[in-house]
Amino acid sequence: MEIAVAKEYRRNKIHPKKFALYVACASIVMMFAAFTSAYIVRQSAGNWLEFRMPTLFYVNTLVILLSSVTLHASYWGFKKGNPLLYKGLLVVTLLLGFAFLALQYEAWQSLVAIGIELTTNPSGSFVYVISGLHAAHILGGIGALIIALIHAFVLKYQVTEGRKLRFEMTLTYWHFVDLLWIYLLLFFTLQS
Amino acid sequence: MANIATQSQPEAIREDMLIEELGFDDHFHDHHHGDKYQSNFITTYIFSQDHKMIAKQFLITGMFWAVIGALMSLVFRLQLGFPEESLAWLKPVLGKWIEISADGTGVLSQDFYYALVTMHGTILVFFVLTAGLSGTFSNLLIPLQLGARDMASPLLNMMSYWFFFLAGAIMFASLFLSTGPFSGGWVAYPPLSALPQASQGSGAGMTLWTLSLVFFVVSVLLGGINYITTVLNMRTKGMSMWRMPLTIWAFFITAIIGLLSFPVLVSAFLLLMLDRGLGTSFFLSEIYIGGQALDHVGGSPILFQHLFWFLGHPEVYIIILPAMGIVSEVLSVHSRKPIFGYKAMVYSIMAIAFLSFIVWAHHMFMSGVNPFISNFFVIFTLIIAVPSAVKVFNWIATLYKGNIRFNASSLFAIGFVSMFISGGLTGIFLGNSALDIQLHDTYFVVAHFHIVMGVAAFFGMFAGIYNWFPKLYGRFMNDTLGKIHFWGTLVGAYAIFWPMHYLGMAGVPRRYYSFDAFQAFAHFDGMNQFITIGAIVTFAFQIIFIVNFFYSIWKGKEMTDRNPWKATTLEWTTPIERIHGNWPGKLPAVQRWAYDYGKDGKDFITQVEPIGPDEKEVH
Repeated sequence: MEIAVAKEYRRNKIHPKKFALYVACASIVMMFAAFTSAYIVRQSAGNWLEFRMPTLFYVNTLVILLSSVTLHASYWGFKKGNPLLYKGLLVVTLLLGFAFLALQYEAWQSLVAIGIELTTNPSGSFVYVISGLHAAHILGGIGALIIALIHAFVLKYQVTEGRKLRFEMTLTYWHFVDLLWIYLLLFFTLQS
Repeated sequence: MANIATQSQPEAIREDMLIEELGFDDHFHDHHHGDKYQSNFITTYIFSQDHKMIAKQFLITGMFWAVIGALMSLVFRLQLGFPEESLAWLKPVLGKWIEISADGTGVLSQDFYYALVTMHGTILVFFVLTAGLSGTFSNLLIPLQLGARDMASPLLNMMSYWFFFLAGAIMFASLFLSTGPFSGGWVAYPPLSALPQASQGSGAGMTLWTLSLVFFVVSVLLGGINYITTVLNMRTKGMSMWRMPLTIWAFFITAIIGLLSFPVLVSAFLLLMLDRGLGTSFFLSEIYIGGQALDHVGGSPILFQHLFWFLGHPEVYIIILPAMGIVSEVLSVHSRKPIFGYKAMVYSIMAIAFLSFIVWAHHMFMSGVNPFISNFFVIFTLIIAVPSAVKVFNWIATLYKGNIRFNASSLFAIGFVSMFISGGLTGIFLGNSALDIQLHDTYFVVAHFHIVMGVAAFFGMFAGIYNWFPKLYGRFMNDTLGKIHFWGTLVGAYAIFWPMHYLGMAGVPRRYYSFDAFQAFAHFDGMNQFITIGAIVTFAFQIIFIVNFFYSIWKGKEMTDRNPWKATTLEWTTPIERIHGNWPGKLPAVQRWAYDYGKDGKDFITQVEPIGPDEKEVH
């Protein structure tokens, strides 16, 4: 009897949790897309104060890019059986994350110093709100990094599927907020 | 493969054998013996992670809000229909919002009238027709119809409900503020929403309103992430995308729309909150209020409208698409015919979803946007009529020459098609920016969106509840009461909203407290009374539904056959007992699409039945 039945079946080519993270990133992108398009619409309406983006924003881009590199190297260390590289670079990444936040704060201070405060003009308000909300997302990433760090130092070193997944999700999110910042900075630079 | 079950056995036993022979063994019950998720009262009924229980939670909460929202509409309809009558008898319920004059007549407070209108819109749009509809049926049907044990993340799913509950609790609390709940309309346009001193409800009421909706968005996003992930990653063996029932397609696309549009609302709210609290000027231009000039400079209230409607328009499809999916499924099952144009249905859902993102400014034709830009939005708005008409045609073609079972569920599905046509046609009027000059913000708009997305979505919801009630509670709702409910609601809904078209064409503006000052509208008094009486009668018919619903949970006719509607989809291959993990053994393997009705002389062929030797698969 010839009967056609479903044969080949491999579940979960990508882990559902990881996929859920991608979907969540898409919705975060939409939120920032809303801000940047509101920026464009508001800018074209006039009464718009032009000013230079603080230099620290550009310096800070290097910091966050570097942190992406160190986290990725830490992930390699984790996978390839190098606990020292894994733990060491995780610490470095976390420090770079904090450095990014501190430098963003300094950048805002430098804006205040040239007379651009939150309420001065919508052009400045947008920069504060967008970079501030991005910093909040970095803070979420730092939370994930701290958990990863606790795992790295408390648990016995071993490469399991569960721990690999967790690390990969942290890594994905960290790369995501990094890319998000690059998009935002490019946007600010090209719009002004 | 040799001992494949023969055709002669009773169908439930045959299905079980097919699942056992061909199904996919994920060893679920090896890991979940004596399930920790349903071990006590709290994990079973309150903080449940079982998608079927979460669906019930969404449904009952949605019903609670539907009653509150409907009662609010009755109060403001009394004001609109009978402005001269004393409302003193409402004093015990509404307290200070009924103002008693010296001669003892009670009048509804004007501030509270606006609060009622605002709350009615917010509650119905978000809490009932988004959470109550999508939350209920996505949660119930996605795992069941796809052959999954549960959602991708049961934990996020549980959190999704509890964020919704929290949003509801905050909104409910705002009803009892001494200054009243927010009263600036459900669209929350600035400056009414941005200036705490703009009106009574703009203070604490607006703060709680925003807080509530932010939690609501969190709920929608958590739910949506789960729905999308589950549909893409948790389908059982053989369940290709093109074998999914249309319900799942609708829920899936709905979740995508929600996920892309709700974050934009959060952005708008964040900017609004900064304007309110920290003195920024995103939406506030130079304003002189209460005898003093404010510091705000150069903001644009229109910017808020853009951001709001970028969510707001997709939101109406978030409401209607799940109802469309349910109706497609119910019509096919109860007319014993395959759905007409399955792929056309899917593509039109996708087309509607895509177009929903590029038509938002048709809500803003009268806000002073450039008329040339309006043309763009007119064209895309009118193009939505194409996929909508495809769907309507397919529903009618599905019914055509069908062997239709007229029960409460199928009647509501047919009623949905009627409502969708009536309301959709007036959408073509409103989509024209020239006609909109006359019709904007009149009762014509009220009639349009209530019929096409309010009543129609309710009809889809009712069709779904009557159809899947056995899957929720293992019992049936009373069908006679269901039919009475249907006819009362159908006639009642048209009695309420049809006359509003005439009000609107004459230019009667919506949201007004009273028309005493407009001599031109005086001859509509009788019509307004008619609408109000219609609303009260229609509400009375909903009480029949609520009684039927709760009575049937405990006393309804028990389910003895696990596939009472003779449907093909996977949820009817699960045991009547509705166990955690859905299937007692292996997961079913899907062998065919979901709409094999009346094929090769058989009434129906379930999805687990392999394609026979002389049979061709339908695509």
